[in-house]
Amino acid sequence: MRRDRILLAHGGGGSLTRELIETLFLPRLENPLLKSLDDSAVLVMNGQGHAFTTDSYVVKPYIFPGGDIGKLAVCGTINDLAVMGARPLWLSLSFILEEGLLLADLQRIVESIGTTAGEAGVQIVTGDTKVVERGKCEGLYINTAGLGDIVAPNWLGAANVKPGDAVIINGPIGEHGVAVMSQREGIAFQTSVVSDCAPLWPLVKAILDTGAEIRAMRDPTRGGVSAAVCDIARASNVGIRLHEDALPIGREVRGACDLLGLDPLTIPNEGKVLVFCRAIDVAKVLAAMRGNPIGKHARVIGEVSERPPGIVTLRTTIGGERIIDMPTGEDLPRIC
Amino acid sequence: MGLHNSTATISVDGAMRDVDVSLVEEPRLGDYVLVHAGFAIHKWDQSEVEELQAIRTAMDLREAIT
Amino acid sequence: MKAMVQNIGELSHRVGHDVKFMEVCGTHTMVAFRSGLRQLLPDSVRLVSGPGCPVCVTDPSYLDAAIELCGRPNVIIATFGDLVRVPGTDTSLERERAAGANVRIVYSPSDALLLARECPSKNVVFLGVGFETTAPTIAWAIWRAARDGVQNFSVLCAHKTMPRAMDTLLHDKELRIDGFLCPGHVSVITGANIYRFICERYRIPCVVSGFEAWDVLKSIEMLLRQLAEGRAEVENEYSRSVNEFGNAAAQRLMDEIFEPCDAVWRGIGIIPGSGLAIREKYARFDAAKALSVQFREAHVNPLCRCGSVLRGAASPLDCRLFGRTCSPTHPIGPCMVSSEGVCAAYYKYEGVAA
Repeated sequence: MRRDRILLAHGGGGSLTRELIETLFLPRLENPLLKSLDDSAVLVMNGQGHAFTTDSYVVKPYIFPGGDIGKLAVCGTINDLAVMGARPLWLSLSFILEEGLLLADLQRIVESIGTTAGEAGVQIVTGDTKVVERGKCEGLYINTAGLGDIVAPNWLGAANVKPGDAVIINGPIGEHGVAVMSQREGIAFQTSVVSDCAPLWPLVKAILDTGAEIRAMRDPTRGGVSAAVCDIARASNVGIRLHEDALPIGREVRGACDLLGLDPLTIPNEGKVLVFCRAIDVAKVLAAMRGNPIGKHARVIGEVSERPPGIVTLRTTIGGERIIDMPTGEDLPRIC
Repeated sequence: MGLHNSTATISVDGAMRDVDVSLVEEPRLGDYVLVHAGFAIHKWDQSEVEELQAIRTAMDLREAIT
Repeated sequence: MKAMVQNIGELSHRVGHDVKFMEVCGTHTMVAFRSGLRQLLPDSVRLVSGPGCPVCVTDPSYLDAAIELCGRPNVIIATFGDLVRVPGTDTSLERERAAGANVRIVYSPSDALLLARECPSKNVVFLGVGFETTAPTIAWAIWRAARDGVQNFSVLCAHKTMPRAMDTLLHDKELRIDGFLCPGHVSVITGANIYRFICERYRIPCVVSGFEAWDVLKSIEMLLRQLAEGRAEVENEYSRSVNEFGNAAAQRLMDEIFEPCDAVWRGIGIIPGSGLAIREKYARFDAAKALSVQFREAHVNPLCRCGSVLRGAASPLDCRLFGRTCSPTHPIGPCMVSSEGVCAAYYKYEGVAA
């Protein structure tokens, strides 16, 4: 059965998204800068390294507990810069608005963008606005592109991780996805989980300031921790083992996952970072993270080994072992 | 958690949802139920609930994060 | 936990020969794989998956019929999420949705009934697939639709029941099952007594099991103990939710709406009396009759071994398509698509090369 159309799952950030990129986009657009498929591209201009990235935001509904599409549009993009070791500096901001969108909603979202950017020390320097007929987009879509200065002393990239490294996360997972799902019409389900949407740069800076050699960082957004760790295992050709009893999952997120039949490891996060560092640096990296408001619950959740190369496994609470596979991407459409 | 006609609001570790309780006898506020496809199919009594919690505790070595 | 694993080892030793236990519940399949508990079992104890996934045992002609329905202009198909990606002969509900067909995923048949009330100009057809745990919820939806005079709601019914299927599996000389892990939630509805005929007729132990990994291990321990002591009884490990007689209200409702019929199980064939059909009294809610649905013989890829896998006669690794042409992103058969399918579980949790 040949596929001839785009499916919702192609936007899920999982294996179908990767397939689309590898079979449709890359062959036609390929160049060395694109090929690494990291969270941002690294450009060198006048001897200074810069990170450049773009993201579009189609989250439905556009207002949710803990934030809105505006805050997300700023954080999502600046975080993709931060995890490359770049201090975010400038953003572009493009709107696609639906005819009939309430100006009060738009105002609230723009205020949110302004506040988030201001607190993150980032400037919106250029933008665009388009309007489409009623019914052609749900409320609004946003695209932001970001530019930052690389500050990290060494290259951070998905292919840089080595056997013996540790995997660290800064806090509990699954919050953003659950918060958005709780607002989705037709699911009629309530929870007090709030999106963890937040800028990561201050935390990343604290990690870089320790002087530890960080191999890679990744923000586990679409596809969750599963997709992010699978990407790294594949790019670095290493085996990564996570420990189920070390994974920080809040009680309420767990309850929501039970109710909705979801795996917390595949749920998007918007204020989390996975840090891959050398084992000897773990203590000082954790200390630096725990000193930051969004790193209080930082902990080691796994380790990297040589075998099995490219595969991620989970040691379960009962002592068994299973593989964590790349999610296909259809469980949670329109979460980011 | 809440009861109205044949619909009840249930809570799973704080996440709340409406389910139909037509298939269980005399549901009351505070009862624990087993849910499938949006319906409660079994009501647990106190000793059954304790048994489930004991199993969960025995298996759950994680730190609680609230 | 450690004590239990040790007991299992000792009991297996007492039994003295290799044993094969079968579970027939999609949720048990999932728990076993997700928790990696097979690795804790000794080599002499094998846990095999049977036809416990209702989506997987649905005949492909049913999918084709549902796909044909979703192409009709006034029809909305309402379905549980799992069915959407299963390939029929040419296409799937997911692909048809991408091409514009009206297919909605619901969590409960009561959502489908609500949809029918909200869209009076459309015929809402709910895809009724599931075993005894789900069937009462569909029965409820039909009963309410009848009571409230809802005209535009119907069910395309492919519900099945477990006992006759378990009986058929035991007739299969190739399978040689030494004990059954009986489905937990099905038993909540039916009661544990329905398995007694297995012990009496075939002298094989049965244990009704709950859904935590702990429950499954305990049930295996109980099965081994029965074998070691030469007993063949129905024991209930899931006593916190299951009793001997089941949920009377659910059973009454099912009896009012459904009657037993013969059903086709993918990979096994026709099992007499293993299906549920909507009674004549409620025929207007039977989509097959109300919307004149034609069931045609479906074409299945001849290399697809879902049928054997579902009977527990083959492992996914025995299928030439597994991991090559057939994967979760490009599934050929239902065992790979369904969230409770054995091939999907193998692929995701044990790897292609295992």
